[in-house]
Amino acid sequence: MSTTVAPRRRKAGTGTLIDGVPRPGRVENVVKTIVLTIACALVILPFVGIISTSLAPAEQVNTAGGFVLLPEGIDLTAYASILTGGVVTRALLISAGVTAVGTVLSLTLTAMLGWALSRRQTIGNRQLLLLVLVSLLFNPGIIPSYLVVQQLGMLDTLWAIIVPTSVSAFNVIVVRAFFVGLPQEVMDSARIDGAGEWKLFWYMGLPLARPVLAVVGLFYGVGYWNAFFNAMLYLSDSALWPLQLVLRTYVVDGTQLGAQDLGAEMSLPPQTTIQMAILVISIIPILIVYPFLQRHFAKGMLTGAVKG
Amino acid sequence: MTATRETRTSAPAPIPEPGGSSKPERRESQGFWARLRRDHPVLLLALPGIAVVIVFQYVALGGNVIAFQDYQPYLGIGRSLWVGFENFAILFSGDPEFLRALSNTLYITLLQTIFVFPAPIILALLLNSLVSNKVKQAVQSVLYLPHFLSWVIVVAVFQQMLGGAGMINNFLRSHGWDTVDIIGNPDAFYALITSQVIWKDTGWATILFLAVLSQIDRSLYEASAMDGATRWRQIWHVTLPGMKPIIVLLLILKLGDSLSVGFEQLLLQQQAVGRDVSEVLDTYVYNNGVIGGAWGVSAAVGLVKGLVGLVLVLVANKIAHVLGEEGVYRA
Repeated sequence: MSTTVAPRRRKAGTGTLIDGVPRPGRVENVVKTIVLTIACALVILPFVGIISTSLAPAEQVNTAGGFVLLPEGIDLTAYASILTGGVVTRALLISAGVTAVGTVLSLTLTAMLGWALSRRQTIGNRQLLLLVLVSLLFNPGIIPSYLVVQQLGMLDTLWAIIVPTSVSAFNVIVVRAFFVGLPQEVMDSARIDGAGEWKLFWYMGLPLARPVLAVVGLFYGVGYWNAFFNAMLYLSDSALWPLQLVLRTYVVDGTQLGAQDLGAEMSLPPQTTIQMAILVISIIPILIVYPFLQRHFAKGMLTGAVKG
Repeated sequence: MTATRETRTSAPAPIPEPGGSSKPERRESQGFWARLRRDHPVLLLALPGIAVVIVFQYVALGGNVIAFQDYQPYLGIGRSLWVGFENFAILFSGDPEFLRALSNTLYITLLQTIFVFPAPIILALLLNSLVSNKVKQAVQSVLYLPHFLSWVIVVAVFQQMLGGAGMINNFLRSHGWDTVDIIGNPDAFYALITSQVIWKDTGWATILFLAVLSQIDRSLYEASAMDGATRWRQIWHVTLPGMKPIIVLLLILKLGDSLSVGFEQLLLQQQAVGRDVSEVLDTYVYNNGVIGGAWGVSAAVGLVKGLVGLVLVLVANKIAHVLGEEGVYRA
């Protein structure tokens, strides 16, 4: 910061420019600090409250009337009660399974299609590319999508929340852009050495594309983990519910979770504590992958989009 | 934007590609079957992905024909009766439920354009003006996070903060102050959903603006500073003009989306606040079609909604061209 009293107009060449912009004044810095601190607090504080309440001992939660900002001790009863069987445990396993299977399937289909579309001289390449691009422009609608899933006999199976969303046209385009950008000399030399298409894809394309596939995979994974509406639309059998639906029923709608729902034989902690614990276990996977996402997304997604 | 640039760059296909077949000059003379034989491994790689796109996008799109049927699930599309445009009558008959959904949709879109749209622009300008890169990155990593949470989680978090037994009201009560009634209160509903969208997506939406800001020619800043421009004058005369194309583009896309507002977000909160304020076109289609069994009518509403959205984008894009902007695409 400049130490002198800030003049209203600055002349260039006085050393006060950063990249052509005059240095900010003191008032501006104070205001910006306050605004950004509040913004960050608005994001962080709810999480602190939720995690604290989920860990707080029952007496503290009851005296506080439902919410605590700092737990007086660590009490894991709420987690024990939801993770030892019953609806939440089942939903957690379903969500984890759907996310794992879905992400693998999505990545496989996306990498294969992205690679194929990057071979621009193959027959039908333009038509296939157009088919994928045009699909970005429209959404078939809730009812037509439902009818297709119904016709395929996928209603009330977990495939209904995996297969319809398994190929994201946008991700295909990002992966294709990456393959198009690869140095073609390497491919040519491999081809001259007698490598066929599958070998090229498997031994050259896939290993080289690992960074972009990592990003795309993380986005798919987050998508499957967070999917809510498709599950609600296609799964009427509550035994198949993923975590997001359980979250809606017991946390958003506030349906009471009884001992019989949890298969727990202990006396249950307060409902708020259980609700917060469910919320925490649904947020934790996102928090775990977030640093990886963050390291890659700006780079991966933007280069993909710009190169396009 | 990605999409259209893609078509354009890949359009001139017959250019001899690097990495094409080993004898690209002979390609045009090859027959269809010979090319098919040569390329079939590539097509096989494309097949599963393309199949998913065709079935769940294009075939599904065809399912919109039930908008012209008295669709009965047990009869299926094949045997349900065709009724022509009968289902579309609801659009003009002044049906109160449809009108309520329509007016709520338009009102929420208006609110979002006024309050949600500018938020990331302002935040991006603010982040961009930070001198310290470390602070900037730290703030970014905090503010991007909510984007990755599902709507179920966001709605739950807001309930836990603002609800009757939530954190804020607990705090107010423990100090003997009056509590605030926000969750489940129809009067506060629009303010609530607007703040939810701002909380969830403002940070993430800055990415695009920050990318554009980093592309602005630094010499413009140098020159304007030379002419005595203050920081504020530079924002007005250099930064904002540099952001204009992306702002126009996003406004066009927003316009195309103006009939679809926060479907999951609203559906999740309908039970708490009631359908009077929270019914929008998408929830109307879901509630009346899938839940209520009025398949044909709901599909008709959904179809018209999609078509109107498409037309809005085309018109807005045209207007942008007339005004001398790049827009989304050029035909």
